[in-house]
Amino acid sequence: MQRIGAFVCWCGSNIAGTVDIDAVTKSAADEPGVVYSAEYQYMCSEGGQLAIRRAVEEHGLTGIAVCACSPRMHETTFRKTAAAAGLNPYMVEIANIREHCSWIHKNRESATEKATILMRAAIAKLNLNKPLFPGESGVVKRALVIGGGIAGIQTALDIADAGYEVDIVEKSPTIGGRMAQLDKTFPTLDCSACILTPKMVDAAQHDNISLYTYSEVDEVSGYVGSFSVKIRQKARSVNRELCNGCGDCITKCPVKKANSEFDEGLSKRSAIYVPFAQAVPNIPVVDRENCTRFKTGKCGLCEKICGTKAIDFEQQDEIIEREYGVIIVATGFKPLSPERYGEYLYGQSPDVLTSLEFERMMNAAGPTGGVLKRLSNNEKPKSIVFIQCVGSRADAKKGKTYCSKICCMYTAKHAMLVKEKYPDIDVHVFYIDVRTPGKNFDEFYRRAAEQYDVNYIKGMVGKLADEDGRLRVIASDLLDGKQITIDADLVVLATAVEASPDVRALGTMLTASMDQNNFFTEAHPKLRPVESPTAGIFLSGVCQGPKDIPETVAQAGAAAVKALGILSKNKLIGNPCIAESNELLCNGCSCCENVCPYGAIEYTEKEINDHGNRNNRRVAQVNEAICQGCGACTVACPSGSMDLKGFTNRQIMAEVDAICRT
Amino acid sequence: MQRVEGEIKQKAHELLKSGVVSSVLAWKKGDLVYDAAPAFFKSPNALEDMVYNGFCCSNLSKYLIEKDSENEKVLVFLKPCDTYSLNQLLSNHRVIKDKIYAVGIGCDGKIDIEKLRAKGVKGILEIEEDGESLKIQTLYGDETCVRRDILLEKCLNCKGKDHMVYDELIGSELSEETALGDKFSQVDELEKMSSDDRFEFWRCELSKCIRCNACRNVCPSCTCRKCVFDNPHSGVNAKVNVTDFEENMFHIIRAFHVAGRCSDCGECTRVCPQGIPLQLLNRKFIKDINNFYGDFQAGETVESRSPLFDYNFEDIEPNVISKGRGIN
Amino acid sequence: MQDLVKEKPFKPLVVSFCCNWCSYAGADLAGSSRLEYPAEVKIIRIPCSCRVDPLFVLRAFQRGADGVIINGCHPGDCHYSTGNYYTRRRMAMLFSMLDFIGIEKERTRLEWVSAAEGARFASVMNEFVGELREMGENKRLGDIRCKE
Repeated sequence: MQRIGAFVCWCGSNIAGTVDIDAVTKSAADEPGVVYSAEYQYMCSEGGQLAIRRAVEEHGLTGIAVCACSPRMHETTFRKTAAAAGLNPYMVEIANIREHCSWIHKNRESATEKATILMRAAIAKLNLNKPLFPGESGVVKRALVIGGGIAGIQTALDIADAGYEVDIVEKSPTIGGRMAQLDKTFPTLDCSACILTPKMVDAAQHDNISLYTYSEVDEVSGYVGSFSVKIRQKARSVNRELCNGCGDCITKCPVKKANSEFDEGLSKRSAIYVPFAQAVPNIPVVDRENCTRFKTGKCGLCEKICGTKAIDFEQQDEIIEREYGVIIVATGFKPLSPERYGEYLYGQSPDVLTSLEFERMMNAAGPTGGVLKRLSNNEKPKSIVFIQCVGSRADAKKGKTYCSKICCMYTAKHAMLVKEKYPDIDVHVFYIDVRTPGKNFDEFYRRAAEQYDVNYIKGMVGKLADEDGRLRVIASDLLDGKQITIDADLVVLATAVEASPDVRALGTMLTASMDQNNFFTEAHPKLRPVESPTAGIFLSGVCQGPKDIPETVAQAGAAAVKALGILSKNKLIGNPCIAESNELLCNGCSCCENVCPYGAIEYTEKEINDHGNRNNRRVAQVNEAICQGCGACTVACPSGSMDLKGFTNRQIMAEVDAICRT
Repeated sequence: MQRVEGEIKQKAHELLKSGVVSSVLAWKKGDLVYDAAPAFFKSPNALEDMVYNGFCCSNLSKYLIEKDSENEKVLVFLKPCDTYSLNQLLSNHRVIKDKIYAVGIGCDGKIDIEKLRAKGVKGILEIEEDGESLKIQTLYGDETCVRRDILLEKCLNCKGKDHMVYDELIGSELSEETALGDKFSQVDELEKMSSDDRFEFWRCELSKCIRCNACRNVCPSCTCRKCVFDNPHSGVNAKVNVTDFEENMFHIIRAFHVAGRCSDCGECTRVCPQGIPLQLLNRKFIKDINNFYGDFQAGETVESRSPLFDYNFEDIEPNVISKGRGIN
Repeated sequence: MQDLVKEKPFKPLVVSFCCNWCSYAGADLAGSSRLEYPAEVKIIRIPCSCRVDPLFVLRAFQRGADGVIINGCHPGDCHYSTGNYYTRRRMAMLFSMLDFIGIEKERTRLEWVSAAEGARFASVMNEFVGELREMGENKRLGDIRCKE
């Protein structure tokens, strides 16, 4: 039997103004289990808490019912008070007689009646409370970063600098990601490679960072503090230890017709290749789909020329199993393919490019050596049209509903770069809105429009027509309210930022939720923007939503800090209000397992002693470190063997009964 | 089906003798011809009492529960509809496939003794099943009867001739589908009634409940080690229905706990000594599931997941349903 | 005596389950915004709407509730990502079944109320209690032993 103390708070006049405190206090004394009841002006104040502590001592209380403001406000306060008084902090229940009563009811009589009922419900529940103890689990002091773009690199560097080991898993043969493909960066126009490559080298040379390039995550199990991950290191066909990066194999390779992924298909590469000159690691990879040796069994020139005997055609994928305390997702994005928009002639005319292709063309190391030209006839264009919002801000059927955020700025950058190099080229930009929030962003855009004389036209492009080799852009000018046509030599499409669809499989593996656009969902859109709702999973960069480089780097750092918050702990303390299975009642039916949003329920075969009757049964077990305490399993369980600590079936029914007792 | 009886007896004999299985779950001859009851047979000699006829209506799959702990293999004979239940038990891990040898057997519908009695047929001694007609020898002379007229309610909602899971089939080519029209027709009729009339209907029906728990105990989806209604710690335990409320609550919860897992085998209705049309509650859930979340047949495969343990982002809102849209 | 009871306006008893993260906070906001709704509504805090067992709903009716309303985060906003999707299916089934056995469907309700929707919380409660007042006492699913 509990010895309950009931404490009724005035909250100044906030509660006492409408609720008869005296009546509630008196009637609390009559409730089952209550041995002491008292009131105080401000229960949450030092004095109020002291009164509770004294009462616990003097009356040997086992539980505390506080009739006060919302538990969302002071539950933690009173739990601490209980702990200070030597009670288990979960022997506290709050009746919310302010937000749910005194503040909304004007009639003193009915407010007092309701406050009394809410008090009764809290006491009825408290009578069934049991001390709860949060579980503890250890932390593997190692982080996994999935994705080796600028986001992943930054997160890894920050964690590594703080003294913890980090592995980066990168799908492609080199780290660097999208940023490596860029020519210049807005709003300062500094060269992308110049600021990125030192970071790539830092990551490669850092004692605490291990790179797994040309690798993918195959399997994830476990939970915060101890994830177990299988990494598939794909066969490069080149021995990483032996290769010295001389590049002879690449020169010798007779296949020269494979599309360069790095140049967005605008240039060709050999079958054995490094994606670009500054690639990290500088170890070639054999593209087995294009390699003659793999296709026909003949050739093998690279093997012959290699001085260190590093070429290994027999190499197999390697599975690496590792434990991690935290996982940071930094999977980035891919530009949406505009082929689906037939009106823009992409894929039909070589003079229609995506922005990323254009970026490569402007780059001195790019497919044209930085020379701007029409790919149809190698001539210098006289007029260029940029089209904004291709696939962004569309309805869900036609494209992406969101704003891709970076296109306005990089289009201004492109326009400016063209004008800088070729002042005689006419540059037109079709836009819906120009969005430039960001430090020095609007100044940058205005510079393009005003100083560089870029022709910004608010309007939508209806279609392109190929007119004897020139591209006729038919569009509407919304400000003038008329239809216009512009003859262009080159058209650049600012395509939407899109999460690659294959990250959904990763999301499932991580049990990290994703939105309908395949962006990872943050735990709270405002207050926890770099954490996934799944404990121990953090989000870095565009995988969470479109971002520019400064924002990505900021978020990458924030994700690192959040991850360090876990890595720096020796033990993780869990939430004790979690599901618990009664093995004697468990049917082993898997109903609970099917609804658990976190994969926190596992089944094991176990010898159960059922009142002396011993046999092996399949029973549910809740992993305390994973369970978040939603209770979905408790309702799925037909036998009632699954219950939620702190919100048990009996407790909730006791509350129902107390409320309905008239 | 006489031929099938011979063949399954032979199969049982063979597997018992060879030691492939250590017991056989089948139907046992009763004192009267219509008394065939589920039974385990442990030796070849015992098989003499085994029968398979028009009265072998029990769904044997439920008796397989927990047999696995006994470390022996059981041979079980299942009619097509019973195999849905077995699949459901397999997917709920209540039966382990390795521990059973399932023989799917032919079925052309089972006989409802009450319907026979209602036709005035008494003192039944022997029944000769001959396709569509039945020849019945009684103490008072011979009678004949059209098979279709005296089939069990559950057979009038027959799910078809196919076995969903089996190791072997015997006589399945003799199966007949005996369904009579739309299985939801009675649910539809009730739905068309006014709320008051529905309440009246169910009051009349559920007030007959004597809480014998036969519906629960026979149900192959209702398989808890300890039912919440028997568990003093559940807060809802009760041995008898004291009030209208408890009658309602027991039957709502009974049906809710198997919603999405009920294969509509109709055993609950068949065994109810008070003749309450209990399957209507289960079928209402099935109809709602089909309407709201797409057609679903529990037990069709082992992998199928109960719609109540699943969701769609665009699922219908309960408030929309109660405003009348969604229900036909 | 009975006549005296009849003269009093009918005050329906409403049990309102609110999930901790959205609806309970929404109810708190209704309070701090001083938005009135009838005192007949009593709130029970649960971690997620998916914690509501049909047994709790029936229990409330048994003990004399005239209406039960379950409030959760809007679909897609569940603190536990998917909890409320299960609630939606379970309650769709349960409410439809209650209707099927003749319990007035207006007595049960599932609403999505976010932490920001204090005003909506109050208006939903006002509307629900209003409907229950018109309908009168729950006679069809009560337990006579639990009545006065």
